[in-house]
Amino acid sequence: MINWVALKTIVRKECVRILRIWPQTLLPPAITMSLYFVIFGHVIGSRIGLVEGYSYIQFIAPGLVMMTVILNAYANVSASFFSAKFTHSVQELMVAPVSEWTILLGYTLGGVIRGLMVGAVVLVVASFFTHIPIQHFFSMLGILLISAWLFSLAGFFNALFANTFDDISIIPNFVLTPLTYLGGVFYSIQALPPAWRIAAHFNPILYLMNGFRYGMLGVADVSPWLGLFISIAASVFFAVLCYVLLKQGRGLRT
Amino acid sequence: MSQALAIENLVKVYQSGKTALKGINLSIAEGDFFALLGPNGAGKSTFIGIVSSLVNKTSGTVRVFGHSIDDEILKAKQLIGIVPQEFNFNIFTKTIDVVVTQAGYYGVPYRQAKEQAEQALQQLGLWEKRNDVVRSLSGGMKRRLMIARALVHQPKLLILDEPTAGVDIELRRSLWVYLEKLNQQGLTILLTTHYLEEVEILCKNVAIIDNGEILVEKSVHSLLGDLTGETLILDVGSILIEAPQLAHFACRLVSPDSIEVDLLEHQTVNDLFQTLDAAGIRVTSLRNKFNRLEELFIRLTGHTVEEKLI
Repeated sequence: MINWVALKTIVRKECVRILRIWPQTLLPPAITMSLYFVIFGHVIGSRIGLVEGYSYIQFIAPGLVMMTVILNAYANVSASFFSAKFTHSVQELMVAPVSEWTILLGYTLGGVIRGLMVGAVVLVVASFFTHIPIQHFFSMLGILLISAWLFSLAGFFNALFANTFDDISIIPNFVLTPLTYLGGVFYSIQALPPAWRIAAHFNPILYLMNGFRYGMLGVADVSPWLGLFISIAASVFFAVLCYVLLKQGRGLRT
Repeated sequence: MSQALAIENLVKVYQSGKTALKGINLSIAEGDFFALLGPNGAGKSTFIGIVSSLVNKTSGTVRVFGHSIDDEILKAKQLIGIVPQEFNFNIFTKTIDVVVTQAGYYGVPYRQAKEQAEQALQQLGLWEKRNDVVRSLSGGMKRRLMIARALVHQPKLLILDEPTAGVDIELRRSLWVYLEKLNQQGLTILLTTHYLEEVEILCKNVAIIDNGEILVEKSVHSLLGDLTGETLILDVGSILIEAPQLAHFACRLVSPDSIEVDLLEHQTVNDLFQTLDAAGIRVTSLRNKFNRLEELFIRLTGHTVEEKLI
């Protein structure tokens, strides 16, 4: 059951937080991505020929958008919900008549909104460096939304178990970042040796990255529909898991 | 009159194996001003935690105005306002936003929430601070903010966990007046407190809890009626080497110039002074060793208030 007023309240609170700390949330992606486009796009990319029919800078643009969306959606929810646990302000929600689905949806929508905001920032930055084609708008938007929600849910799951701020930085630093870099942001897996190419297929982020690239450029190393299916299935799994843990009060109630 | 809170056989066993509540039964009538007293580790915080959904119970039933927290948890929560012992704000939030957000969690639409939050802040004397971030507020202001936050959705049962702990006397008195006014307007109040004077002044009924069990539950008036004596401390105008032998009174030396004397129910202060006069002891001042409720509390729990309460 969703308490709609409470849901709007949580989402509003999250949006206010994102905008209040914009130097931490919106500015860094703009600066980092500008550097990526200058270094990898212009300096290095100019020496690389066309990749799957596009200039290198055009080829990496979708991957950089998706990478930023994934990392920011995850970071937003894990940091926000863990901070609420850490300061005990989460008790404001726990004593109120707010259902578990409302809490989960409210926080993860906050992550999706931040993901979309930074995704838009990266697209704007990219448009200063190159022409951004959009081949399949709704596919692109669909996979972007579901990926942002999936990693928001994963961030929520992380926050439920976290006891220290270190606990919410371990997964992004040591799991998500390597997997996104290895998920084909900067290269097509066709360029990899056969053994590595096979190994790359076990990286779930490869499918999301290629699904989004298909939406923008119309090219992909793997089926975009498989990417959509994996992200929907994983989102349902994490949503149910987080709901059950919230219901039990994992990390929240003694 | 209906029951605001009805607790039956409430048991809580923590994962560590510690039994915090051993089958508590308690009932608080609508409109009551009820105090829960007990030493540290007695189970008060666990009790309040279960009622306010911050702690999972092991077994037993909790009903808030007839709504079970097992089957109708959202309806039960809607009727409760909680003032915790520790500050639990996001300290970077504006004062008014804390209250407006809380109202939103209780389903009050934004515009109405803002009006109700402004009203609550005015009543608690925080209007001037509405746009300040919480971390800039003093301790007393934060405590008032927690009360404003608990009241913004207009609950029927207000639960306060040591609301006046650590606040100055002026604020404590003003909070007493405010809480009394709320109770007179029909709000049911459940309070835990460090100050027994608070119970004596404010509360209609009291339960004393110790070691996970309710030792006594009755009206404050009736509890005070159970007193069968008191202990007085007398400062004497001379230096004593040992406690004087007083006929019919137990007397102990506290310091070379003060003694304590037990006054039984049938004895009067006049009797005591006549005996002291006869013994040639001049009294320069006199005071109670404990206040009356404290005396009862110690008798029931075996703990002194200073070392054990809350």
